[in-house]
Amino acid sequence: MNDYFTFLWRVVRLSFQGSGRFYTWMTLLSVLSLVGLNAYARQFVEGLQTSGMTNQVSWGAYIANFTFLVGVAAAAVMLVIPAYIYKKEFMHEVVMFGELMAIAVIVMCLLFVTVDLGHPERFHHMIPPFGIFNWPGSILSWDVIVLNGYLLLNLHIAGYLLYARYRQCKPTKLFYIPFVFISIAWAVSIHTVTAFLYVGLAGRSYWHHPLVPSRFLASAFVAGPALMILTFQIIRRAARYWIGDEPIFTLRMIMTVAMIINMFLLGCELFTEFYSPTEHAAAAHYLYFGLHGHKGLVPWIWTAIALDLAGLALLITPLSRRIAGLNVACVACFIGIWIEKGMGLIIPGFVPSPLGQVVEYLPTLNETLVCMGIWAFGLLLYSWMLHVAIPIMNGSLRAHPEIPTTL
Amino acid sequence: MTHDPQNVVSPKTIEQVYRPMTRRTFLKGAVAGMVGMAGLVAALKPLLALERGEITVDDLLQQHYRELKPEELQRIMKSLEAACQKEHGVLPTIRDIKPIEGVQFGYALNLTRCIGCRKCAHACLKENNQSRESEDDIEMSYIRVLEMKKGGINLESAEHYYDPETVPQKDKYYMPVQCHQCRQSPCTKVCPVQATWQEKDGLVVVDYNWCIGCRYCMAACPYDARRFNYKKPTISTAAINPNQSYLSNRVRPKGVVEKCTFCLHRTREGKYPACLEVCPTGARVFGNLLDPNSEINYVLNNKRVYILKEDVGTLPRFYYFFDK
Repeated sequence: MNDYFTFLWRVVRLSFQGSGRFYTWMTLLSVLSLVGLNAYARQFVEGLQTSGMTNQVSWGAYIANFTFLVGVAAAAVMLVIPAYIYKKEFMHEVVMFGELMAIAVIVMCLLFVTVDLGHPERFHHMIPPFGIFNWPGSILSWDVIVLNGYLLLNLHIAGYLLYARYRQCKPTKLFYIPFVFISIAWAVSIHTVTAFLYVGLAGRSYWHHPLVPSRFLASAFVAGPALMILTFQIIRRAARYWIGDEPIFTLRMIMTVAMIINMFLLGCELFTEFYSPTEHAAAAHYLYFGLHGHKGLVPWIWTAIALDLAGLALLITPLSRRIAGLNVACVACFIGIWIEKGMGLIIPGFVPSPLGQVVEYLPTLNETLVCMGIWAFGLLLYSWMLHVAIPIMNGSLRAHPEIPTTL
Repeated sequence: MTHDPQNVVSPKTIEQVYRPMTRRTFLKGAVAGMVGMAGLVAALKPLLALERGEITVDDLLQQHYRELKPEELQRIMKSLEAACQKEHGVLPTIRDIKPIEGVQFGYALNLTRCIGCRKCAHACLKENNQSRESEDDIEMSYIRVLEMKKGGINLESAEHYYDPETVPQKDKYYMPVQCHQCRQSPCTKVCPVQATWQEKDGLVVVDYNWCIGCRYCMAACPYDARRFNYKKPTISTAAINPNQSYLSNRVRPKGVVEKCTFCLHRTREGKYPACLEVCPTGARVFGNLLDPNSEINYVLNNKRVYILKEDVGTLPRFYYFFDK
């Protein structure tokens, strides 16, 4: 136990040690997080009137970001599968970064849901015995279970492996391998359940669509790896941890396949909506072409489609065999999917309203600041975890510095 | 290792972690900690504007309506009455009115008769203490009256903000929509905390003191029947209806969802809903579905009845019908 406290103390010490660049970066993120917290404090006092949401469009940027990020978190599985099922040695170098990313991103998801609540101080109403948990009826209660479960799984796996490494002993397989395999299925479940949140609503024809969960997973397995490819390059440049090109190009392959599937499913969706346009196509019409003169999302969705197509073109050609080309593809896909799956999925669900009303939605400044704050906080959390984890992983921070590292 | 020069964590840094903390590091840390705390306090400053008593320990510990003991509910209702007097200058009577055994409410609306005067939407506001900026602000009314083009029932082309000199317009007909009190209610199914549920008489109600404000029910409702209090409700003192009930028209807190309850504080005591009473054409028929001799059953058995969005499978207790 004493060893463990020494470990924690060293982690705390290490958290505040770093280069000038590290300090600048962390200070910047802290300031942005505080700006977001300030905006949230204002929202807490004045109510959600500080957002652009209305009775007609009752979910907005918060839920859009939440939906997108659940996918990014689930995508950690794309490192776990090659590492643990296909036993690719080189993936073991990076699998930890995926798990840590999942932790940071799930925390962001939970924050995005919390800021969307009208009464966040009543969150215990969901936790028995203080509250009533409407399970299994409400898909939202399923989502609470799977998201928190996924967070715990990753905290356990990452925490256990790092601590074993720190203590310079081999991790006991029984303590983590079963959880790794559970986490693979669990990762799929978090995004599927999140899709069911929308698919389960028969009154919203834009969402009530069996393709939604498949598209969720396909697009998640593009956006997540895209972010990881970019992150790995930053890590190998800025930190003492060698990441080879193999993990990056394995992820490129995964991204390419997922992007092809995603675009194919998008094509299926567009065909269904527009070939025989029924009344139910009104939402898609609003999204792509505007409805009754309201065109708020049109420029956004076409930007997303253009970015998606550009990303796909780069991915399926040799252009992305070079790191520079691959990076452009990653940025294009990440932003494209963020728009398409965030605002492009949530808002048209509400426009037109079930009674045919067209009310447009635009996030307010305060709402945007809250979103920015959560993104900054997520980055802060991830940067901190990397800052602590990398010295443990490369053996420079260990329980007994006098014994040379064997790994 | 190929890249090295600008390491975030250099061996020198790690060395420091192992060594005991020096006075200098400690002081540096203390200063940084204070700057951080100051930033945090500054960021949270807007919270000072929270009114006293807005969030109390009692509120946080309060149980769900259905688990409250009668005396607890009485105490809560008393404190809500006092709060309303303090806030709006009117002392209301808040009661807890239970469903009547052997009653299932049903509502039917005669589309041939409705002239689109919106009197029902306004009466709803007066009865149910919804938030509004002015008398004309009917956004929070539980009834939305749609102006429809003759020749079909197409919600897509319905007009919500119609404002002609007189109604009805020749080429139009009118369709008020409010909560359908569905037997298979999607809103109660999705609520993660059971803050909304169906009562024995079929009315779907909300416990405003339990709702967490996630608005999932609003996304689930196919009839756009739910409203959210994005801000603290604004109602003038003169506009407050003091005859209130816990599950229906008491003044709502901000951040919760509200909806039509067929005026349960009236209908459970044998009165008609406010929207029916005010209707100048007698387009509205309300009654007990379990009573074979009720007017509502006469309509359902003898008129041509239309159920809005029947395909969604919600089995509403609200019906539309036609005279000719």
